[in-house]
Amino acid sequence: MARPGPMTRAPAEAAAANGPLVAAEAVQKYFPLRRGLFARRAPGEYLRGVDGVSFAIPRGSSLGIAGESGCGKTTLARLLLRLITPTAGRILFEGVDLSTLDGPALLAFRRRAQLMVQNPYEAINPRFTMEQALAEPLVIHGIGTREDRLDRVIAALAQVNLRPADAFLDKYPHQLSGGQLQRVGLARALMVDPIFLAADEPVSMLDVSVRAGVLNLMKAIARARHLTTMYISHDLSLVRYVCETTMIMYLGTVAELGPTEAVLASPKHPYTQLLLAAAPVPDPGRPLPEITAPEQVPTPIGPGIGCPFQDRCPQVMPVCRTVPPPLVFVGPKHEAACHLYGPH
Amino acid sequence: MRSGSVDALPRPGQTWAGWRRAAGTLWGVLQHDRFAFAGICIYALFVLIALSGDIFAQLVYGARPALTVGFVAAFFVALIGTSVGIIAGYYGGWLDAVLMRLADVAFGIPYLPFVIVLVAFLGPSLWNIVLTMALLLWKDTARVVRAQVLTLRERGFVEAARVLGSSPRRLMLVHLAPNVLPIALLYGSLAVGWAILTEASVSFLGFGDPARISWGYMLQDAYISQALSGGAYNWFIPPGVCIMLVVMAGYFISRGYEELLFPRLRRR
Repeated sequence: MARPGPMTRAPAEAAAANGPLVAAEAVQKYFPLRRGLFARRAPGEYLRGVDGVSFAIPRGSSLGIAGESGCGKTTLARLLLRLITPTAGRILFEGVDLSTLDGPALLAFRRRAQLMVQNPYEAINPRFTMEQALAEPLVIHGIGTREDRLDRVIAALAQVNLRPADAFLDKYPHQLSGGQLQRVGLARALMVDPIFLAADEPVSMLDVSVRAGVLNLMKAIARARHLTTMYISHDLSLVRYVCETTMIMYLGTVAELGPTEAVLASPKHPYTQLLLAAAPVPDPGRPLPEITAPEQVPTPIGPGIGCPFQDRCPQVMPVCRTVPPPLVFVGPKHEAACHLYGPH
Repeated sequence: MRSGSVDALPRPGQTWAGWRRAAGTLWGVLQHDRFAFAGICIYALFVLIALSGDIFAQLVYGARPALTVGFVAAFFVALIGTSVGIIAGYYGGWLDAVLMRLADVAFGIPYLPFVIVLVAFLGPSLWNIVLTMALLLWKDTARVVRAQVLTLRERGFVEAARVLGSSPRRLMLVHLAPNVLPIALLYGSLAVGWAILTEASVSFLGFGDPARISWGYMLQDAYISQALSGGAYNWFIPPGVCIMLVVMAGYFISRGYEELLFPRLRRR
């Protein structure tokens, strides 16, 4: 499905066609904290949502981002889709810096990168029928003729296994189940024929019984369309199931990044080890693991000193208190940000 | 017209014995001849209409300015309030701050003195009263709509629409406006009643259009003629009931429209 992109590319960046589809370079997003009239905050204090994250997603591959709530996963997704712009660093999409896009170039980017939002019950305007919801992307981008759009909508519904498609055209969101709505959300994202699809917790709001169906569908469609995908989840089993590469985030930073099997089978970063230990094993005979780390996550407000994980790390060393750990290679394509593997 | 209608009204205290006599005769007629009784009833109805003829005429003519002021003012109140609310809620930042401080100013200006000043400059007319309402009464709608937009803005479908490339105009008109419409219609229908009553009090103070009779004018007329203590119920109840019915009609229309627009409410 390699179509000539409508995106206007500078000639120098045409070479990037063979590079990664999405690349983040030391991306930072700091949210300024509003100073209340009586709040005792220092001026210019900020929350570090995403703090110096670099990674690349090769074309056709899938990246899983995992981490606990508040670690910046969703902020990162919003950055990649240019819903917000980074405070520092660059995000390259097909070699083009996203923050430079505007007008027609931005609209062209919107056709190429799509999002599946987390909550299927909120993903579709409650006033829209499925036909309106699915035709809207076509209207915005001026795709197809008025008659042609209905056919496309029906095809899109059939593609996500909502059959008979005609029966769904006049339905409103509240008449559908969560699993069906999430399929519609997927179908709508695919209406514009994107090449990059980000899914923010695609199944966390769904019943366990329909999760596998939605995930298998996403996997099959991504393979059939050669989509580059990014899954955000706090559920490591989902990441293991669908993603080739896994990135573990902690407090806005990358803790560990590598091939999914390597990261989950032999986790190097103490935080990844903790996450895996905390994931329950479906075996009632097995005792629950003893987790010794304190549950409190340090605040992302203000400047951080040293390793963000220092307060919870069972293997903390003096160096962790002062120096933020860089990402170092711990295996083939496998990186971890921990002083245990550094020169110290 | 004013004194005439008061004198023509049957006053319960004055003719109590006569009423009792008449009731006794009627009871006798009803037992002997039902057709005669029906005839008497029809005759009594005609007498009642004839007696309160000028009230009936006032009621009919009063519908015109009341409905005009009510619906035109309510339309502008809802339109301005909804637009300001959506724009302030969607854009946020300095635009939100400016618009909401403007609403605060509108909250701070007392309505009647404002009308007095404006009418002093522009002259008393129905349309100037509508103008003052449009200028001052949008504030409640704007506040409530803004609050609604603030919660809608964070919902997934707005984010999804932005990812799909919706322009801000499209987001506000296609995604936000239909979702705040029920509340805008509710405030619009409340504004109908508020506008009719406001027109009445403005007329009462002598800043209304003296050439027009409205329901509000009738109420004030009855009030200063002491119709309530005089027991002239047929003078002030009809305009009061009419105002109530119009306000209710406005409310039911907005409910019906909401049902049409928001299908989840539709009964199957």
